[in-house]
Amino acid sequence: MGLERIEKRFADLKAQGRAALITFTTAGDPDYDTALTILRGLPTAGADIIELGMPFSDPMADGPAIQAASIRALAGDMTVRRTLQMVRDFRVQDKTTPIILMGYYNPVYIYGVDAFLADALEAGVDGLIIVDLPPEEDNELAHPAKAAGMGCIHLATPTTDPARLDHILRNASGFLYYVSIAGITGTAAPDLDPVKVAVDMIRQQTNLPVAVGFGIKTPENAQNFAKFSDAVVVGSAIVNIIQSNIDQEGLANPELTSRVLDFVKSLSRSVGAE
Amino acid sequence: MTKNTYRSGPDNDGRFGIFGGRFVAETLMPLILELEEAYKTAKNDPAFKTEFDGLLSEFVGRPSPLYFAERFTEHLGGAKIYFKREELNHTGAHKINNCVGQILLARRMGKTRIIAETGAGQHGVATATVCAHFGMKCVVYMGEKDIERQKPNVFRMKLLGAEVIPVTCGSQSLKDAMNEAMRDWVAHVDDTFYIIGTAAGPHPYPELVRDFQSIIGTETRAQILTKEDRLPDSLVACVGGGSNAIGLFHEFLDEDIDIYGVEAAGLGLDTDKHAASLSGGKPGVLHGNRTYLLMDEDGQIEEAHSISAGLDYPGIGPEHSWLHETGRVKYVPITDQEALKAFQLCTELEGIIPALESAHAIAWVMKLAPTLPKDHIMIMNLSGRGDKDIFTVATALGAEI
Repeated sequence: MGLERIEKRFADLKAQGRAALITFTTAGDPDYDTALTILRGLPTAGADIIELGMPFSDPMADGPAIQAASIRALAGDMTVRRTLQMVRDFRVQDKTTPIILMGYYNPVYIYGVDAFLADALEAGVDGLIIVDLPPEEDNELAHPAKAAGMGCIHLATPTTDPARLDHILRNASGFLYYVSIAGITGTAAPDLDPVKVAVDMIRQQTNLPVAVGFGIKTPENAQNFAKFSDAVVVGSAIVNIIQSNIDQEGLANPELTSRVLDFVKSLSRSVGAE
Repeated sequence: MTKNTYRSGPDNDGRFGIFGGRFVAETLMPLILELEEAYKTAKNDPAFKTEFDGLLSEFVGRPSPLYFAERFTEHLGGAKIYFKREELNHTGAHKINNCVGQILLARRMGKTRIIAETGAGQHGVATATVCAHFGMKCVVYMGEKDIERQKPNVFRMKLLGAEVIPVTCGSQSLKDAMNEAMRDWVAHVDDTFYIIGTAAGPHPYPELVRDFQSIIGTETRAQILTKEDRLPDSLVACVGGGSNAIGLFHEFLDEDIDIYGVEAAGLGLDTDKHAASLSGGKPGVLHGNRTYLLMDEDGQIEEAHSISAGLDYPGIGPEHSWLHETGRVKYVPITDQEALKAFQLCTELEGIIPALESAHAIAWVMKLAPTLPKDHIMIMNLSGRGDKDIFTVATALGAEI
């Protein structure tokens, strides 16, 4: 499916007249089975698109919450291969919810770009966000991903001017991810107005759906940003619930999954889903 | 890159062969491109060169001497050995050359806040020093493990007015300090300049750090011609990220000279406790560039180990990766124990206490020089002084201070 599944989801939501809720969790956090149970519960809880983090030892663009999630997952021997297996396990019951893998380039590069694209598409991955691949490095992954039918989600940020946005959009597909603050994941919520100005600017240059992420923590935040964007991304706030529901040995308490999914339900209601 | 020179890199995409590049978050890209432009302009501006040269001569104390290590040469009984005395620079290492260059760039770009990462503390001290000189705010990220083993340098940085932020994630050493510095940078792009301490990171850092450190090689050429009326037969320098090495080597890459980069082999290459990314790693992507890295099968970066905090990094500058693959420079491993012995021998025979980083280069000289004829001229970069390391050495030797 790949890119098509993302495009279909956005078309359906447009018909419903509401923004998408994109949730972020890290594959294997706090362990494989719990992460898979959460993943399987996300569509029913109201996640329209699932962003799944591929753990990396050196997550340079992430704040403490997602760094810790990566460390927990790696401590449980999570790998790229097992991340793809998790997507495969998820796809057994869900063929419609797009899955985007988010991560850093080195594990993909070491897996081998062509092999990774083939295996990820076969597993049911639809798009990629690779944080440390700006458009200057599109030859590395964006071009082969495009040729393979994999969505290639590019990022725009508060430091992006119109000329640069043009460059970013050249190989972007699926949607454009607007990083609402200059900073790392999980920091303070951004002010609404400058984000709206930026999203309006982006819309003048592309018909791609525009998602807003970084710093969106509460249903109220999500509701506000959903008013002028096509999707809101919530990550660290979900990951923090996982973190606060594990014991000192890293074991999930029995309430973890339901607490995560209840929070996702509240986010979902806030973007106007039934 | 043309075929008949090793000195024309990087290309327009910031590559040395497949190595280098700009693997950074989008938020940083406009700034990186701005830096590239600022550096291009500065390079062609005589006023920049005048200011840089003036500071190197009057603030850093350059040129550093090229010193004939007579007793060391006699002791080893082979090649004639010279030390390039970078440890005599202000702040005690080569690191200051690069810091002077980068802070001048920062000022031209209108930045008011400087951040840096440091391992051994030499780069942190050098950065704090140039910040004090120019009255700029300075924040240094340093792994908690390194703070513990480099206390004197931590105190020096604080005296110089820098804020030293301990990094507690990961291996708590240089790689993690660099991660934290990059996180800071992304959150303060408007006013902050990141002074990277080695010839690594996203383009144009590997190029500009090399250029600022190339003063080592250009001085060396003039000095050896004065003393010996000919070029040397071999060059030796230690390599962590590789800035002192590329600073010496670059001038001589197209000459018929044997060049050796010495990697830290820690407890040995057959263990998992070393920092030899060329001898024991493979090409990957981290901290903005493609280069040789220590990692596992899944591409997760592994923790490096070296007795020398400045070499304790799982990567290396991209130009070294390229020079390794082309075979132009030979990279060799030296263990903690070999470096310790070299540290002692240099101190006893020459009255110079070398940094543990530089002691790795000395150890290779000790292996190589005895096998060479007496008319072979070898130049080793004595990149830093070892005062900062006496606590580490005392512990390793079982002595109490």
